[in-house]
Amino acid sequence: MSTSTLWIVMGATSALCFAMKLLGHLVPESWLANDRLQRINALIPICLLSALVVAEGFVVKTHIVLDHRLAGLGIALAALFAKAPFPVVVVAAAGTSALVYHLHLG
Amino acid sequence: MPFTLVRECAHFLRLVIRFSKNVQMSNLTRGTLRDSLSVALTVGAYGTAFGAAGVAGGFSVLQTCLFSLLTFSGASQFAAVGVMASGGVAASAIATAALLGTRNALYGIQMSPLLRVRGVRRIVAAQITIDESTGVALSQASRGIRAMREGFWLTGTGVFIFWNLFTLLGALGAKALGNPASYGLDAAVPAAFLGLIWPRLQTNFLRMVAVVSMAFALLITPWLPAGVPIIATTIVAVALGWNAR
Repeated sequence: MSTSTLWIVMGATSALCFAMKLLGHLVPESWLANDRLQRINALIPICLLSALVVAEGFVVKTHIVLDHRLAGLGIALAALFAKAPFPVVVVAAAGTSALVYHLHLG
Repeated sequence: MPFTLVRECAHFLRLVIRFSKNVQMSNLTRGTLRDSLSVALTVGAYGTAFGAAGVAGGFSVLQTCLFSLLTFSGASQFAAVGVMASGGVAASAIATAALLGTRNALYGIQMSPLLRVRGVRRIVAAQITIDESTGVALSQASRGIRAMREGFWLTGTGVFIFWNLFTLLGALGAKALGNPASYGLDAAVPAAFLGLIWPRLQTNFLRMVAVVSMAFALLITPWLPAGVPIIATTIVAVALGWNAR
């Protein structure tokens, strides 16, 4: 992955995200008052973030791989069910995953 | 732009000082200030996780910090570095992040008539239009329109300051630590995504949407370039959101 690719990703992401924000402040309210558009838009974050959980948790390139990350995500899920705050969820997942990773190495 | 941000930060600090000096402060502003600052601090602290994720995803400390300054939308930032970290192509990283940013446009539509600002202040308002600033502004409705405005500015600038500060700390920390897997960062990133969706899954329908998206993404993973299955789940959003429930 070249440095310039990473710069392009950072720059383009920033430009597009700012454009979205500004668009909202500039367009008349009626423009996006379409029910179907609102419903789909409300689901998009859930779909993308769910896909990111599995893509980051169970995928290496284009292969499904179950490894130490699975243990971390399992603990994260348990922590969320136990109503743990966000930082606890993330740290518990990291700690568990790191532990399993090192046990495998040993 | 940087000058304006400095001015906004100074404005934010002046507000804090004015509020804390004023002994006979009304409950109205004290409540709004408390709500805004607690959200700003807790959310800002998650910046540590992003800083670490950015470096683990191959970005430099500078690029990671610029993400937080310029993109300034947590889910989009995590998505962009996440897709690149999983070996995805640049276009799918950018498109996923931009699609996650569309909800900020809807927030802007709600905030714009409330704030009624023009010119540079409108640009600043747009940049700090995120989940948290909109959420706090809307939650102040019972305290009146002034409290809603204050809630928006205080939360937006507050999150901006802390998010960027903690991003830098997280990025420097991750750089010092080295191999992401050895301290569990490769699991922390998906766990963070799970933590971000969790509060949104309030009905059985929304839980179903999440499960279907996960299954769909895994199902198409072997046949598509890395990163594309993520953006492809937009199909799930369109299919399941097409008709009212």
